[in-house]
Amino acid sequence: MDELDKRIINQLQQGFPICEQPYAQVAASLGIPVAELLQRLQSLLDSGVLSRFGPLFHAEQMGGALTLAALQVPESRFEEVSELVNAFPEVAHNYARDHSLNMWFVVATERPEQVAAVLSAIEAKTGLKVLNMPKIREYYVGLQLEA
Amino acid sequence: MMELDVIDRQLIVLTQNGLPLTDQPYHQLAEQLAISADEVMQRFRSMQDQGVIRRIAAVPNHYKLGYGFNGMTVWDVEDAVVDQLGELVAALPFVSHCYQRPRHLPDWPYNLFAMIHAKTAADADTQILRVGEVLEGHVRSHQVLYSSRILKKTGLRIAS
Repeated sequence: MDELDKRIINQLQQGFPICEQPYAQVAASLGIPVAELLQRLQSLLDSGVLSRFGPLFHAEQMGGALTLAALQVPESRFEEVSELVNAFPEVAHNYARDHSLNMWFVVATERPEQVAAVLSAIEAKTGLKVLNMPKIREYYVGLQLEA
Repeated sequence: MMELDVIDRQLIVLTQNGLPLTDQPYHQLAEQLAISADEVMQRFRSMQDQGVIRRIAAVPNHYKLGYGFNGMTVWDVEDAVVDQLGELVAALPFVSHCYQRPRHLPDWPYNLFAMIHAKTAADADTQILRVGEVLEGHVRSHQVLYSSRILKKTGLRIAS
């Protein structure tokens, strides 16, 4: 990752235009040809430096819901349970964390009542108790990290 | 809350893995749906205005950007002051998310969550100390849960 990659990442974390030729507009602001922007973006995605590039959807604003949930997974079952949990398309993110509650995941669904159903299904599949921690208040969400 | 119609849903399904990497991405989506590019752009603008789309943007893998210390800091503070404290913590420049969440007593007494991201353990410690200073006098207990691995990071998926 060189300086130009970092500039691309930093700029594209902030947003992307909705216009006829949006990549050309971004490339011009970075002072590079559009072909180079597209090629670099592709390799940042291929190498996993970027998890994704596109619209970031907000489940609640679509009438859906999301929650944060945690599991205490026996170390010997960690990979198996991780596969079971990740297999649910409603699981949007999942992180291993250093704690006895060692698996933390976000469930996002199109309809609010699906959250409870997904959590119950995860309990049934894994045989583990899910701690549901839906937000009560959101004080801030800003996801930008400087590359 | 916005009522999505069938074309909005198709646009979400087509872009939830990512926006096409081509000179005219909105035109490409328009062709796939047999509608005009103007309509595609209008629908994206409208979804963005309504907050259905937070923004169109790149999502980096924290680790690959060198942020190896991604900590979920959790705090047990009095409910009476949690909103006021949450706003103060949220205003710290290094906090990426800040929420009030329900306790699960007796094992999980924490009601205020703040995510921090740092490149070194020392930076992470400094950030956690700063959060602690902001909460001074109100913290009954706290913990930091560092992520050791990303197991999944796809974002919301809707069925086509």
